[in-house]
Amino acid sequence: MLDGTKPLVRVDDLKMHFPIFKGVLRRRVGEVKAVDGVSFEIYEGETLGLVGESGCGKSTVGRALLRLYDITDGHIEIDGSDISTLSGEALRDMRPRMQMIFQDPQASLNPRMTVGSIIAEPLDEHTNLTRKEKREKVAKLMDAVGLARRFADRYPHEFSGGQRQRIGIARALALNPKFIVCDEPIAALDVSIQAQVVNLLEDLQQEFGLTYLFISHDLSMVRHLATRVAVMYLGKIAELAPRDALYADPKHPYTQALLSAVPHPDPAGDRQHERIILKGDVPSPANPPKGCNFCTRCPKVMEICRSETPEWREVDAGRFVACHLYN
Amino acid sequence: MSDATIQAEAKNRSLWGDVWVQFKSHKGAMVGTFVFVFILLAVAIGPYLWNLDPTFANIRERNQGMSWAHPFGTDQLGRDTLAQLLQGGRVSIAVGVTAMLISLIVGTAIGVLAGFFKRIDGLLMRTTDLFLALPLLPLLLVIIMLFRDTLRKAFGPETGIFILIVFIIGITSWMQTARIVRGDVLALKEREFVLAARSIGTPSLRLILRHILPNVLSPIMVSATLGIANAIITESALSFLGLGFPSDFPTWGRLLYDGAQYIDNYPSRVVWPGLAITLTVISVNFIGDGLRDALDPRIRGR
Repeated sequence: MLDGTKPLVRVDDLKMHFPIFKGVLRRRVGEVKAVDGVSFEIYEGETLGLVGESGCGKSTVGRALLRLYDITDGHIEIDGSDISTLSGEALRDMRPRMQMIFQDPQASLNPRMTVGSIIAEPLDEHTNLTRKEKREKVAKLMDAVGLARRFADRYPHEFSGGQRQRIGIARALALNPKFIVCDEPIAALDVSIQAQVVNLLEDLQQEFGLTYLFISHDLSMVRHLATRVAVMYLGKIAELAPRDALYADPKHPYTQALLSAVPHPDPAGDRQHERIILKGDVPSPANPPKGCNFCTRCPKVMEICRSETPEWREVDAGRFVACHLYN
Repeated sequence: MSDATIQAEAKNRSLWGDVWVQFKSHKGAMVGTFVFVFILLAVAIGPYLWNLDPTFANIRERNQGMSWAHPFGTDQLGRDTLAQLLQGGRVSIAVGVTAMLISLIVGTAIGVLAGFFKRIDGLLMRTTDLFLALPLLPLLLVIIMLFRDTLRKAFGPETGIFILIVFIIGITSWMQTARIVRGDVLALKEREFVLAARSIGTPSLRLILRHILPNVLSPIMVSATLGIANAIITESALSFLGLGFPSDFPTWGRLLYDGAQYIDNYPSRVVWPGLAITLTVISVNFIGDGLRDALDPRIRGR
């Protein structure tokens, strides 16, 4: 579908392991494999939805992509430059190209700074604008996200959740980034406000030509917003496909189970489709099962799943699945 | 929203204007400010107005009660208590404020560094534990024996001992501040706005100054105001032990300890310096309380 455009973000075998220290001597006894070998590409101007249940490593992927963590292994390429091993000043120079919108708008704004200075912080750090120019730019950003200019001298606690998220969005836009990681930007908001924020994100994408990685567990929101969707389970991507194809015909058993859990707007229609209920709990990412990560709960599990890790392969045009069923 | 609010909004609110408005609305803080300013003025210009020599011993007028000649009475050597209080306040307040500043700066710096940089956390906190575990009195004795004479020679007897005392009190009282600040920094560091600042590319130093320090202001403010009180009391304990200022050099703590021997017959000897210390400490506490509220935008709005 997006064959003509080039990938803006290329992630190759990204691994993010957090060490576990235990005992009196704080010896390293193992690691939490929060992200364990993830590869995908995000094309310019598209929105890649990243879905999965709590704790599967979605947010870690987002943060590792922006190099908020020192990644364990793999490569991240943004806009043609490899940032996986950059540090210090070199990484700082890359920051304006990639920004992040956070989940909790209350926690992501410093309670002791005014809205104006919060939005101006990226400008303070990366530009040499004069005070007046900064004020003008902040006012423009506030217009862009639908906040009244006169709010610039107020503090975050004086705003509602939706307005706070707009402040966060304005801050992310301040440096004209190409790529924005939206880390569950609507999870902490009311349903009525969610729609506003999502529409705002769409409008901004049109206006500024942004590329999003949209992390969420809200499947219907992702269906609305994303052009392609990646489904994560226990640190790995189970399936990646264009949105319509994925929702119409999920390949991976986990995607099937996940999609069957979405409530149907028409209860009569709901009775027809069978709900796949997964049994058991997600295994600990510190000790993932041998073979396929999903083999402990998969309704279609086979002998090979318990011994061999399924390969990540393209089964159809643009559809990637990691499952032995499609060998 | 009414027109009035919109108009009020249109004017640029200045941060310090807001702070002042909130500070004014805190009654305790305003009373505290007046009392503290009064005490400061009294000790600053008082000795010129009440120009009796605080060290002049008039043996015929000893142990007097309140009178027009000696409003606060005299001590066992006939020295005027008011003159001593005014003179002693200069030293006591100077020692209290300076020692508090030293311990505050050291404590905050160590607390922030330990909380923010995981690599040096262990080292700094074990150093803090070490200082907490040091037996204070023997340490003081050793320090004073070692440095008193050198400092006296270098800066003169009074300045020398002042530097020594301030330094000693400062470096033996920063540990609580460091611990409290470290705890708060550890919690703050995990907040998303710090992560947001990182994703913007704010370097560590500016991140600390812009996001961490303003948010740990409250505990710092509390330990600062308590620190003044502690420093004044410690100074008096040192003077009492003969390790502080010379015996004819009045400070509030010294007056208090000298008077303690006569508490049965002349309770006013203890009451006046005690009152001076108490008033200073309480007023500073209230000022700190008011400042803390005024600097917090969440409280300021109410």
